[in-house]
Amino acid sequence: MKAKNQRLALALAALAALGGATLLAMSALRDQASYFYSPSDALRDHVVPGRVVRLGGVVKPGSLTHAANGVEIGFRVTDGAAEVAVRYAGIVPDLFRPGSGVIAEGRFTAPGQFRADTILAKHDERYRPPEPARGMHKSDSLS
Amino acid sequence: MIAEAGLIALWIAASFAALQTVLGFAGLRAPAPPRLLGGISLIQAVATLAAFAALLLLFARTDLSVRLVAAESASTLPLLYRVAGAWGNHEGSMLLWVTILAVSGAAVALFERRLAAATLAATIGAQGLIALGFFGFLLFASNPFARLDPAAPAGLGFNPLLQDPGLAFHPPTLYVGYVGLSVAFSFAVGALLARDVGPAFARAMRPWVLGAWTFLTLGITAGSYWAYYELGWGGWWFWDPTENASLMPWLAATALLHSVTVLATRDGLRAWTVMLAVVAFSMSMVGTFLVRSGILTSVHAFALDPRRGGVILLLLAFYVGGALALFATRIATVQAGAQFRPVSREGALVANNLLLSALLGVVLIGTLYPLAAEALTGEKLSVGPPYFNATAGPLALLLVATMAAGPLMRWRREEARALARRLVVPGLVLAAALLASFWAAPDLSILPRLGLTLAAGLAVASVAPLAGRRLRRTPLFTWGMVLAHLGCAVSLAGMASESGFSAETLAAARPGETLHVGPFAVRFDAVDPVAGPNWTAVRATLAATRGGAGAALRLAPEQRTFDTPPRQTSESAIATLWDGQLYTVLGERVPDGRWQVRLWWKPFVTLIWAGGALIALGGVLALIGRARPRRRPAPEREGFAPWR
Repeated sequence: MKAKNQRLALALAALAALGGATLLAMSALRDQASYFYSPSDALRDHVVPGRVVRLGGVVKPGSLTHAANGVEIGFRVTDGAAEVAVRYAGIVPDLFRPGSGVIAEGRFTAPGQFRADTILAKHDERYRPPEPARGMHKSDSLS
Repeated sequence: MIAEAGLIALWIAASFAALQTVLGFAGLRAPAPPRLLGGISLIQAVATLAAFAALLLLFARTDLSVRLVAAESASTLPLLYRVAGAWGNHEGSMLLWVTILAVSGAAVALFERRLAAATLAATIGAQGLIALGFFGFLLFASNPFARLDPAAPAGLGFNPLLQDPGLAFHPPTLYVGYVGLSVAFSFAVGALLARDVGPAFARAMRPWVLGAWTFLTLGITAGSYWAYYELGWGGWWFWDPTENASLMPWLAATALLHSVTVLATRDGLRAWTVMLAVVAFSMSMVGTFLVRSGILTSVHAFALDPRRGGVILLLLAFYVGGALALFATRIATVQAGAQFRPVSREGALVANNLLLSALLGVVLIGTLYPLAAEALTGEKLSVGPPYFNATAGPLALLLVATMAAGPLMRWRREEARALARRLVVPGLVLAAALLASFWAAPDLSILPRLGLTLAAGLAVASVAPLAGRRLRRTPLFTWGMVLAHLGCAVSLAGMASESGFSAETLAAARPGETLHVGPFAVRFDAVDPVAGPNWTAVRATLAATRGGAGAALRLAPEQRTFDTPPRQTSESAIATLWDGQLYTVLGERVPDGRWQVRLWWKPFVTLIWAGGALIALGGVLALIGRARPRRRPAPEREGFAPWR
């Protein structure tokens, strides 16, 4: 192989690698990316039960309940327009409190009923989650 | 007066950076005396250091008439965090960034002797131009010395999550890495401008790449461990955009490190290496932009100002766009390098580079996609671990394969049959590990099993280049490569073991109750109030025994409450044993008086960070090996036969 040809081959291989990476990324984005749903979106769009999604909103003040076993909690996530009941077994993050922004990762068990595997609360005292503040989440339009 | 002195020092540094830029680029035609350039960059470095020292002093004294100090610190903080608070915020961290930049620029100007005069001058000019952009940014968009009139009565405090020794030292480590990449970038710009892309340039650039890569490795490892113990979530990597911001430059630097070796020793991959140097610095700029712009809502993205983000984006576009334009116009003048066969050390390194680039691509897409989607359609979405695991996982496994086989190949050309013979032993170990895993853990899921098996094969393949060599005479950089690759195997084993064998217990308990996790019985003894320098806490006392026998391990997880700013944090308590860690978190008090307790037993989880440290140690050894003057030709240039 001539030097010029080898350089061309390398350039093509690099393009192929990046193209492959992009394809891989795009297909994974379609299948795996978990999007934020606001309670309104989730209820309007009828998210398929069992599909892993993220639910974002504000913890409704006064909605926090503790189950008898001491480790499971229930609360309602609201975006001002709609509400979803969330159940979660575990220790909530430090910033989790009524009225604060929260993102729950998990799945719907029935319309309006959400089982969270992970609870995320934002870790900056100056942070206001822009999503709940804006009151709207758009959901997935890729698929 | 200290703040004004700091500001003046910053202006002096900026003007000398301007002078350095002009004289450096003018040096392409008629190089200025090296002493002059060295002197200018030295003054710039000293002035920047003085400005940074002024900021440290202001923070140490909690001078509340300075806006930044009032907003980011408080006199009630322990001294360590008052000082670390200086770089735990946007302005201070940018000043630290440019301080490291100025100091390393001076180091290049004063000590670099391998480059041609014109190349060196242009490199120093490029370094001055980068510094100038950041000085301008500090002086016009985020002045750390701005006064507050009237002075604040009390400081607003420092994010409690950052009040941890790990986080006090972790950002400077990463910055040294980022800045090291900026030096590599300047070398690439200098070499392109002076039309001097070749082995000499690569050999001059290599120590900087090695150093940057070593610091990035340490920074990422430390950051991962910090997130693991401080956030109390028991995980060690979350694919958080801020984590990705440090991972992307590391991936690019890893590729650059390997390609610069091909250029230095075999004179191949010229254009590719220059391109990677541009990409690596771009990634550290993208990282800075992502973390500092406030565009991300992340655990530690603590600057929230879109205007500044815009300025950083402009700087990014200017440097990266300029370098890419230079690359496009000059690359045709770069001669093609030496030839090689696809099956050869060079071929394996090309495969490594392509895989690392692809990995970088998917991480970059996953990180930027939510931003792009929001900018284009206004939709808020997030790309999480499922995406990254699905894309990065397969690429990482392929990378492990090239990492195992590459060092066993000769330069220029390798016989496929000879290579296969060298891969017999690692292959047998891999097969044995697979069988052993089925025998020992029949229920293990696929990824951890694959991880453990590959780790065993990679570990053996990594040390194989030492076989048959006289170890005393084996060059240090070969040791460095072996240790770094072995470190990858160790980390991989830790990750697989953690994800495959972790046991978790979540319970609500009253004092006196005993809980069980993995092989441990954990007695929940008491909950007591305690007070620290600027916090109060409730502290649980736990006593853990293994298999119900032996001396009890004492653990004391806490829930801390800080006043300024008002915030709760949970402090996990971790017992480290030879074969893993027992990880405990105290949760909330349940209304009926019980306390939530979370327990994890994570077998061999420490291997993850031990591997990271081993990788960094490999980098240090290679750096020492490269820095020492050579008495004889490097063995790798003689063509090196690993198995004899």
